[in-house]
Amino acid sequence: MNAFLDLFITFFKLGLVSFGGGYAMIPLIQTEVQNHHWLSMSIFTDMIAISAMAPGPIATNTATIVGDKCLGLPGAVVACLAVTLPSLLLILVIGKLFVKFQNHPLVKAAFYGLRPTIVGIIVFAAVKFALSDGIIGGGHLIDVKSALLLLAAMVILIKTRLHPAYLILAAGIVGMVMFG
Amino acid sequence: MKWGELKMEKKKLDYKLLLEIFLVFFKISPITFGGGFAMIPIMEDVMVHKKKWIGKEELVDVFAVSQSVPGAIAVNSAIFVGYQIAGIPGALIALLGIVTPTFVIIIALGVLFASFQHNVHVQAALRGIRPVVVALIASAAWKMSKVSLVDKTCVALCAVCVIALLLFKSLNLILVIISGALVGIVLVQVQKLQKQASAQKKVRGEKL
Repeated sequence: MNAFLDLFITFFKLGLVSFGGGYAMIPLIQTEVQNHHWLSMSIFTDMIAISAMAPGPIATNTATIVGDKCLGLPGAVVACLAVTLPSLLLILVIGKLFVKFQNHPLVKAAFYGLRPTIVGIIVFAAVKFALSDGIIGGGHLIDVKSALLLLAAMVILIKTRLHPAYLILAAGIVGMVMFG
Repeated sequence: MKWGELKMEKKKLDYKLLLEIFLVFFKISPITFGGGFAMIPIMEDVMVHKKKWIGKEELVDVFAVSQSVPGAIAVNSAIFVGYQIAGIPGALIALLGIVTPTFVIIIALGVLFASFQHNVHVQAALRGIRPVVVALIASAAWKMSKVSLVDKTCVALCAVCVIALLLFKSLNLILVIISGALVGIVLVQVQKLQKQASAQKKVRGEKL
């Protein structure tokens, strides 16, 4: 029971501060996964790949699958509920009010600082993943094959509107050829 | 008496509408690959034009708030629309509708993954996929930076944030996010004071 409560509190907390949705939440989940020793970083990376491939918000997908990996289906339900509950409460309580206040100077000023911070946190997450997956900083400093894949994917993601699911599938095939 | 009547009326109205709300979001959920922004045109089509549940301007407000409130944009906007249409029960049912399909799909994919995880070919495929995940995260930062880093101060704040996180590994991300908001408030205040000061200087300069 304690493990479930821990899972709930953790994801509720994350749901409460995950401004910017989706990818902004990944570094937060990543830190918690590491601190709680829930999953290894490579498994966690795979879980993100699955979350990005599946339809639906990546934040709830990642929370669900991490919950599932930790405590099975009940864990998945708890994590998914916990991560969405703050949104529900906040919107019910301040939703209508916020329509009026979103242009308030103080709110605008807070977001002026909040947004660059979130970008910074996501950049940090990308670096951390690259390190823990051995793409950079590994035995050879840079794993050339992986780095090339990363760059190619980056260019495709920025220049085209290709859905990540196709990119992940294609990368899987390339991986089978390259590393198989 | 009046209260009771109101309640009764609400309840009568609810069930059919609630079921309809549930079904709409249940159907929207799995087709909105990429969540969030991909959902906006579909939501508009269904909510505003087909069902006439809310006006277009209301929906614009919904999306504005959904982006500002923490959490996934798709989930937030579903909750808010549900709330606008049918109050708290509407919000709950919309949340259930938007989350259930993707929940089932992700669990199924997880099971599938677990059974093939140790396959040699899958292992090789995953080595190809992991760099793409890093690229996904990095590109999310890139895309967000276009609307977030509106001036040099923002770029500097973002850089300070990254460097601080890389240097001090034990920094609490939640505190970092909260500090970001506070720094924003302080910065805007400072910018305002600077503007006032330079404006005053101009006035004085003209007088001299």
